[in-house]
Amino acid sequence: MKLTISGFGGQGVLSLGKFISYSAIEQNLNTSWLPSYGPEMRGGTANCSVIYSAEEIAAPVIDTPDILIAFNEPSLTKFEGTVKKGGIIITNSDIVKIKTTRKDCKVYEIPVDTLAAAINKRGANVYMLGALLPIFKDISLESATQAVEHVFESKPKVIPANIECLKAGYEYMSKLI
Amino acid sequence: MKKLWKGNEAIAEAAVAAGCRYFFGYPITPQNEIPEYMSWRLFEVGGAFIQAESEVSAINMVYGAAGAGARAMTSSSSPGVSLKQEGISYIAGAELPCVIVNMMRSGPGLGGISPAQGDYFQATKGGGHGDYHCIVYAPSTVQEFVDITYNAFDVADKYRNPVMIIGDGMLGQMMETAEIPPMKDLSKLPDKDSWAACGHSDGKQRLINSIRIEPDDLEAFNHRLFEKYAVIAKNETKFEEYHNEDAEIVFVAYGSVARICKSAVLELRAQGVKAGLIRPITLYPFPTDVIAKTAGKKGVKKFITVEMSMGQMVEDVRLAVDGKKPVEFYGRCGGNIMMPADLVKYVKEGK
Repeated sequence: MKLTISGFGGQGVLSLGKFISYSAIEQNLNTSWLPSYGPEMRGGTANCSVIYSAEEIAAPVIDTPDILIAFNEPSLTKFEGTVKKGGIIITNSDIVKIKTTRKDCKVYEIPVDTLAAAINKRGANVYMLGALLPIFKDISLESATQAVEHVFESKPKVIPANIECLKAGYEYMSKLI
Repeated sequence: MKKLWKGNEAIAEAAVAAGCRYFFGYPITPQNEIPEYMSWRLFEVGGAFIQAESEVSAINMVYGAAGAGARAMTSSSSPGVSLKQEGISYIAGAELPCVIVNMMRSGPGLGGISPAQGDYFQATKGGGHGDYHCIVYAPSTVQEFVDITYNAFDVADKYRNPVMIIGDGMLGQMMETAEIPPMKDLSKLPDKDSWAACGHSDGKQRLINSIRIEPDDLEAFNHRLFEKYAVIAKNETKFEEYHNEDAEIVFVAYGSVARICKSAVLELRAQGVKAGLIRPITLYPFPTDVIAKTAGKKGVKKFITVEMSMGQMVEDVRLAVDGKKPVEFYGRCGGNIMMPADLVKYVKEGK
């Protein structure tokens, strides 16, 4: 599974990628997480390439992602053309008001900021992680829960609200699929 | 236990596990996580970390620590490694063991901070002045960075020679699953009492120096160094062959680019093209023999060397192939990265 995740700095784009990689490890899969760094970052946007697989991971760079997650409009414009034929495009529809030009992709427009804010104002990326699980199929809710607990190990207070977000995202997407 | 490690941090922890207790560095992107990690980690294990006032100071601190018999290390990125070259030549001339990491960025000059492989010549052909070589490793995964760093201090000690490990911004910044081996028992590290200026040589002078004014002495030393390099070539040359057994098109690439070639090999094979890869793991000593042997195979049509440079390793590939088969070059530079699809297109359409 190959994902491009992109958005503004501060939207939790890089951490969403890490959550996916940690979840994949819990599932005993190989994984790589490659962040954008340097000049691209300084423009205020961030993206990362995340791969998980039961096989050896060759290139950590992704030319045709299976899934694009766009947290802002520039990300959708920049990356929508790269998504593989019949792939999946997910947008944060609280921010992204434009439509993708791709007709062959399955599109999910999720108002993650609004949906997550009802539970945890800073939980949009964990909500998105939950929403990805029914699409992935091979990463369980338990593995993702362990990943969230692991990432927030040093801030145990925020774990319950994040796990609630994770579950809410999971249930939201389970109904759509 | 397998964990998610950032390339740079994994190198730092693997060095600590290998018994490195002294680190001297100066900040530069994209390798800052190595000194940052060492700054607190070495403190925990009773070692010392110094952020020097410059790269020149840092490498000379390594020179001093290595001369005293310590396992010492420095890391930097391309322009910083250029500054270290005088010190590296002195360390090679004084035959001291140490480990130097270069997380390459694009050049020349200050260049950019994105991934590149433009320092191949510098790393393998001397870099500094005089007739010498570092032993140069080019790992391609975070786990391989760990394993090679863990082993690098032993190799450096065994041959009393500087070891250089080169990667690029991509490998330094990415996270992957890796497992750090157990901490080495410091009491069982190689004994350096016979040569190090370690303060217990029973009052006998220990001279660690790289000056040899007498031409005959220096010539003899040069010959001895190259006899050592011949032994290193015999014992330490490392490479990986990937789907190479029946390959007609053979990529040669190292580090992160080799991984991009692996993806291209799989895609080309899915499309019915018999592609393969030779991945040098040591860049010096260079795996000449396997390339020469492959060039002699009847089924092999051509070699394509792929680098994030204008073409540097391709010269060593051509020397190894020795005219037996065509050697082409595909490169991106300036911090740009080729995609697997670019290589597939190049093979199928020749551009």
